[in-house]
Amino acid sequence: MAQRPLDPMTEAVQAAARAGVPRRRLLQAAAYGTAAVAASPLLAACGTKGTASSSSGGASSSASASSTTPDKSDTDKSLAFSNWQLYIDVDAKNQNVHPTLDGFKKKTGVTVAYTEDINDNDSFYAKIVPSLRAGQDTGRDLFALTDWMAARLVRQGYVQKVDKANTPNITANLIDSLKAPTWDPTRDFSAPWQSGVTGIAYNAAKVPEVKTITELLTRPDLKGKVTVLTEWRDTIGLILLDMGKDPSNFTADDFNNAVDMLQKANDSGQIRQFTGNDYSSLLSNGTAFACIAWSGDVVQLQADNDKIKFVQPEAGMMIWADNMLIPNLAQHKKNAELLMDFYYDPAIAAQLTAYVQYICPVKGAKEAMAKIDKTLVDNPLIFPDDAFLAKTHLFMGLDEATEKTYAAAFNKVKGS
Amino acid sequence: MSGGAVAATAVEQRDIRSHPSGGGATESKGVGTSKWTPYLLLTPGFLWLALFFIVPTMMLLMFSLYTGSLDQGYSFEFPGNWSTYSAVWDYRAQFFRSFLFAGLSTLFCLALAYPLAYFIAFKSGKWKATLLVLVIAPFFTSFLIRTLAWKTILADDGPVVTFMNWAHITNLLALLHLTETDRVLNTPLAVVLGLTYNFLPFMVLPLYASLDRMDPRLVEAAQDLYSSPWTALRKVTWPLSLPGVVAGTLLTFIPAAGDYINAELLGTTKVSMIGNVIQDQFFVVTDYPTASALSFVLMLTILVLVFFYVRRAGTEELV
Repeated sequence: MAQRPLDPMTEAVQAAARAGVPRRRLLQAAAYGTAAVAASPLLAACGTKGTASSSSGGASSSASASSTTPDKSDTDKSLAFSNWQLYIDVDAKNQNVHPTLDGFKKKTGVTVAYTEDINDNDSFYAKIVPSLRAGQDTGRDLFALTDWMAARLVRQGYVQKVDKANTPNITANLIDSLKAPTWDPTRDFSAPWQSGVTGIAYNAAKVPEVKTITELLTRPDLKGKVTVLTEWRDTIGLILLDMGKDPSNFTADDFNNAVDMLQKANDSGQIRQFTGNDYSSLLSNGTAFACIAWSGDVVQLQADNDKIKFVQPEAGMMIWADNMLIPNLAQHKKNAELLMDFYYDPAIAAQLTAYVQYICPVKGAKEAMAKIDKTLVDNPLIFPDDAFLAKTHLFMGLDEATEKTYAAAFNKVKGS
Repeated sequence: MSGGAVAATAVEQRDIRSHPSGGGATESKGVGTSKWTPYLLLTPGFLWLALFFIVPTMMLLMFSLYTGSLDQGYSFEFPGNWSTYSAVWDYRAQFFRSFLFAGLSTLFCLALAYPLAYFIAFKSGKWKATLLVLVIAPFFTSFLIRTLAWKTILADDGPVVTFMNWAHITNLLALLHLTETDRVLNTPLAVVLGLTYNFLPFMVLPLYASLDRMDPRLVEAAQDLYSSPWTALRKVTWPLSLPGVVAGTLLTFIPAAGDYINAELLGTTKVSMIGNVIQDQFFVVTDYPTASALSFVLMLTILVLVFFYVRRAGTEELV
């Protein structure tokens, strides 16, 4: 107990350092982190001392006292996993049966309580953050959130380090392009569940091909028939690429120019709506002719309507992943790690991807897929080749203040 | 000291109990019961409101004055972070639009609901109960689903809009800036229609309640005195239904002003309402103080509007 109070500080400082927060704010953040989780002010005071030494020393810390709880994994063979809707394989006969989860139970004896309660990153964050901030168990052992939200949780020190001894498959099979995001460069806290790219989709029955973002935002035959995504990193990222900037490394001026371009398109009446997932119905029923779209959705839409096309803009696409994370105080940390590792078995990964049709983050799954569904093997939106991946870009990791400023600027265009 | 007081009270009580014949004691007990019963019955309601209305409102007010951020935590520094209230001016267009749309949809609701309520109250005969159930029936479906249905109804290629385009109605409405020249969905009109549809039952029911209580013989009397049907409506029925009109307009206007679902699903960036701004400030920008300030100002504005409206309309017969 005597040396443990130092650890949450280290954790928080390292997390903040990864996000590139200025040092002064970094210390404040760390102090707050400890105060929130360790109820006693005495511990917080101890921790502050530890900050200076450990941040300069850069010592790696084990999981901290305040972020862990005795792991019940070995005695209680269960696991609570929160995920997005339609993001796991489903038995053809029974909606509630997930073959891969059954396989996991057979292999490890762990029963998974699988809940599809993530609708979007923001509202899920709002749901769990009060517990995390108060240093309470969220009731979940594992959940999958998109890069930028995962980055926020890592930065705030609300997720636990994965014990790599339990996840050899991830070390061996994670595809190279997703190995080192800026917010978790050695994948200490996270592993992608599925990944996808953001590009342009259009309805070939209505309009000729839409090749670039400039076309999407200015072409007269698309006026009032264009939707863009409310996920502003996707929308702004594509605009930045179109302007010849790098979304993983841009300046505030670049951002403002991109917002201006969007504002102009909005003022001219080119953009009909800012949407979430609901663009897919607008595109298929002809309300929208072209839009910014996520790859997996388009693959699914194409199954019903072959006139829906996905465009890989020459300037590049945005790539993102939804990342499995273990929150602080999770009661079944080891079980969660076993599950993460289980889905990095190429055969299991192929089984999952055959159903959800997003980009599979697992090496070797392509070969395994050949045995399940040959038609999916050559689809670059599921198994992207190097030429495809070379065109994809990650969005830059941002500190909190910048994140807020950018979100506010984007929402101004949105009228809110 | 307090211990002594308690002991004294206990002694007094024992005294009363040990002298049941004491007329004064029994009498005062009887009066006490009838005097306190209403308050006792009100307690659950008051507690409920205190816990779920007054406390959250106070928290909202406090939060709007906080400094800090999600990462670093929030704190109150005297005299409070009043700069959050400058956002109110930044979003004045959305405030104005919210009240305009809410007002328009309240008027539309009144125009649609009055004849309907009148018909149900006076002319429906044995169908009265069925019709009332039908008015409420949409509530059996989720609010979200009902709003999404309007997307299909007003779809660009749908029959409604195709007809409106053919008859040049959309062109006419576009001149009034209510629609675009070739579409209705994602225009101001779509949002107002959505609001009108979603809050219509809140107008129909109070109107029905006050019309149903009216004595139809009063209209007959008016006609006996040579009033035309129109005059009878204007001078007898309408004034007698005013409490229903006031209640209905309040029940429609207040939720419509704070609504964001209709603007989100049926609107576009140019017609976003203050509810959308608050939603995004809370969840996307995660600027809780600004979101709280906007919510608080919205509440206050509605309160002031309602205060003047009710004062003008009178509350004597308001149900």
